[in-house]
Amino acid sequence: MNWNSWSEFFHMGGYALYVWGSYAAAAVLVAGEVLLLRARRQNALKQALRAVKYGKAEKDTDSQ
Amino acid sequence: MNSINWYKYSSPATFYNLAGRLAPWFYAAAALLSVAGLYIGFVLAPTDFQQGESYRIIFIHVPASWMSMFIYVVMAVWAAIGLAFNTRLSFMMMSALAPTGAMLTFVALWTGALWGKPTWGAWWVWDARLTSELILFFLYIGFMALQAAIDDPRRADRAGALIALVGVVNVPIIYFSVRWWNTLHQGASVSVAKAPSMATIMLTGMLVMAFAVWMYAIAAALSRARSIILERERNSQWVAQMLESKV
Repeated sequence: MNWNSWSEFFHMGGYALYVWGSYAAAAVLVAGEVLLLRARRQNALKQALRAVKYGKAEKDTDSQ
Repeated sequence: MNSINWYKYSSPATFYNLAGRLAPWFYAAAALLSVAGLYIGFVLAPTDFQQGESYRIIFIHVPASWMSMFIYVVMAVWAAIGLAFNTRLSFMMMSALAPTGAMLTFVALWTGALWGKPTWGAWWVWDARLTSELILFFLYIGFMALQAAIDDPRRADRAGALIALVGVVNVPIIYFSVRWWNTLHQGASVSVAKAPSMATIMLTGMLVMAFAVWMYAIAAALSRARSIILERERNSQWVAQMLESKV
């Protein structure tokens, strides 16, 4: 075991800024990408649903 | 013949459902491997006798750097298949990979800067390895900007595929830069030709994290490909049938 306490763990032998700065940036970027992916999916679904509705309306007017 | 019908899976409609079923498993694998990799990297792996604790950046820096190059190669392969066979899905996969590749390239550069400062005394140097990785970042950004600038998706695909294919020459330059030139960046710690020059537990942590990043990249690319398919095929019959129940 490398660490005797949590504070020692967070201190990272004096390299806290560098080590945690690396992992924090990676975590934020991954979380950000997942959020962007979800937003894009919801937007694509909304647009597709609109296209389906619009397509239906068009078909209805054609048959009249 | 009893072979797999690949044409079936090259249809966006089939792939859309397949990707939807597979993506959650890849996300789960990425999460589990990350937990395992970080546990090995931060709890089991000992302090480095030269670099102290700063070396622990390796468990994110190397996996992100490997995947940043690998994703570009996969993009170029999809580009080549798309150009050769004119398959829509290949181009969609190519486009789906780019943002994840760009993000991981940024992570590689960022963590490299944060590792360079305590070990070399500089955030950045115009060293061959660093510079070629920065060019990779610009290639990803250029690819996405070019595709976004062309309205016709077919033309955007072809232009993007060209930039992906031409840019792939940069990947071996990044990889071999530490051998071809005198660089401040260290040589490869792991290669196919010789035994790895690092402790087994450190290597294990690094490889587990590399698999975690790999699984994440697959999950993200599959999710993004689904959105791209929906965006491009929203006027097609199969999308209408799929969404009919929701209207």
